[in-house]
Amino acid sequence: MSKKNTIEANANRSRKIFAYIVLIFLTVLCLVWFYLLFLSATQSTAELTTSFKFTFGSHLVENFKNALNKTDLFRGLLNSVIISGACAILTTYFSTLTAYAIHAYDFRLKGFVFTFILAVMMIPSQVTILGFVDMLEFLGLRENYTGLIVPSIAAPVTFYYIKQYMESALPLSLIEAARIDGSGEFRTFNSIVLPLMKPAIAVQAIFAFVSQWNNFFVPSQIIIEKRELKTVALMIADLRSADFKSMDLGLTNMSIFIAIFPVVVMYLLLSKNIVGGLALGSVKG
Amino acid sequence: MAKQSNVVGVRRHRAVRYNKWGLIFLIPFFSVYLVFNLVPLVTTIYRSFFEYYREGRKWIGPNFVGIQNFVKLFSDSRIWDYGMNTLIMWVIGFVPQILISLLLASWFSDTRFKIRGASFFKTVIYLPNLIMAAAFAMMFYSLFNSDGYITRIVQQLGWADDNFNFLNTVWGTRILVGFMNFLMWFGNTTILLMAGIMGIDVSLYEAAEVDGANSRQRFWRITMPLLKPIFVYVFITSLIGGIQMFDVPAILTKNAGTPLVGTKWTSMTLIMYLRQTLTSRDYGTSGALSVVLFAITGILSLVVYRLMYSKKAKEA
Repeated sequence: MSKKNTIEANANRSRKIFAYIVLIFLTVLCLVWFYLLFLSATQSTAELTTSFKFTFGSHLVENFKNALNKTDLFRGLLNSVIISGACAILTTYFSTLTAYAIHAYDFRLKGFVFTFILAVMMIPSQVTILGFVDMLEFLGLRENYTGLIVPSIAAPVTFYYIKQYMESALPLSLIEAARIDGSGEFRTFNSIVLPLMKPAIAVQAIFAFVSQWNNFFVPSQIIIEKRELKTVALMIADLRSADFKSMDLGLTNMSIFIAIFPVVVMYLLLSKNIVGGLALGSVKG
Repeated sequence: MAKQSNVVGVRRHRAVRYNKWGLIFLIPFFSVYLVFNLVPLVTTIYRSFFEYYREGRKWIGPNFVGIQNFVKLFSDSRIWDYGMNTLIMWVIGFVPQILISLLLASWFSDTRFKIRGASFFKTVIYLPNLIMAAAFAMMFYSLFNSDGYITRIVQQLGWADDNFNFLNTVWGTRILVGFMNFLMWFGNTTILLMAGIMGIDVSLYEAAEVDGANSRQRFWRITMPLLKPIFVYVFITSLIGGIQMFDVPAILTKNAGTPLVGTKWTSMTLIMYLRQTLTSRDYGTSGALSVVLFAITGILSLVVYRLMYSKKAKEA
């Protein structure tokens, strides 16, 4: 009996060592790119093409100044913050409102509506881009942020996540109590339901912000001519159209660094809520 | 008796009065969905039946051509080649992704197998998912092009000659794209699988343990069979994501899908093809291709719906 236990304990220990080796390897695999990126953002083109040192260069400040003065990157950052921020607010507010409509009320088409939203949840936006651009053309909204911001009001995935959360966090008796106290339906939603949904809204706001920040295909079809409207993602893609031999590599790497930096910082500050909250709404089938 | 029915009547009246608000609150979602999703879907389908493209400075059409655009699309080898490229690069990313995610999920969720720093590891592996794919691809381009950091290291170590370039080789390019997809998505899959494993009734494991099952047996006999629906979910959602593959190969190869072998662009994906038809203003082909992609993703979505949500929708 005790012999069997020691064998099991030994097996467990070697399994554990194996697990740590794999985990550390994957950690390096995930992070090494950011290290290399930062490293190259500190070097000049000459340093980058003559040798490859694994130490920091001395051109960090210079590259940053070039990004600030020679490119529109900071304009792009501002544009992306405006678009992504607006999307985060609209997506979470209206998804909560839609979820509330399904959760708290009973009406004839409710089953159909819910089924419909779930069924279209996975259909990618790329497959209707042709008609979408037609629609923007028809409405006079090409080269304009409306086409990037307003559609985020209808976000099936966010809706589903918040609906899931609502089932566990919003008792209908509370709404009933608010009614008895004479609160109107819209006011009940704004002053009672929304605050209760805060944890779910926070997670989804971050996701909406990040996915809009990273969005590339749709904006590339809407904002083509007006340079001053370009988002960070579009500017990063534009870097690729330059010839590599004539690229200012330090500046290029600095630009990439600046483009991903805000998201990385936001994630690291809030990672506890994000990684924990992810599973919450995902699979509960 | 009369009194009772009266009460019911009052309640019903009140419920009806409130319930109209349910419909009112749905107005923003559905009006936006109608304008920016449903109408565009209809016009996309409508366009797929018309010949409409630009040749030089001249516009041809729009002329109604029936299903000619579809016939042309499928008789051209490009859709098959690009579909195959997309599938290959998806598989290169998906196979290691599911294997490693399963391994990690089983470690993270095993209560006996306490991993120190588990939340740190989870934070790190999820990070690449949030990185802008365009920037990630640009970063890989600067590392793996003919003068890139890693290319030079490989050359200096003597593993390749001085003209070697990852992005000039078919498999170098495809593996890089697949690898980036793996890196961006394995953390997400790990968390999904973990949620699935945590959802399994603990008493099953306890009973198995009492019966003398070891951790390996518990994994293969309890965890794996019960995870099947989630595997299918992960598989199909990842496939839908794979069909949308665009940012990474587009940036890495400057929209071209290089390298060119014979007459085939070997890393061009379906959405890159869609972009190409839009840019060259061949709207008939764009429409037909969009409809095909809509049909495929629509069918896959229905499978996911049947699998995960249909019960949920009935309950509502």
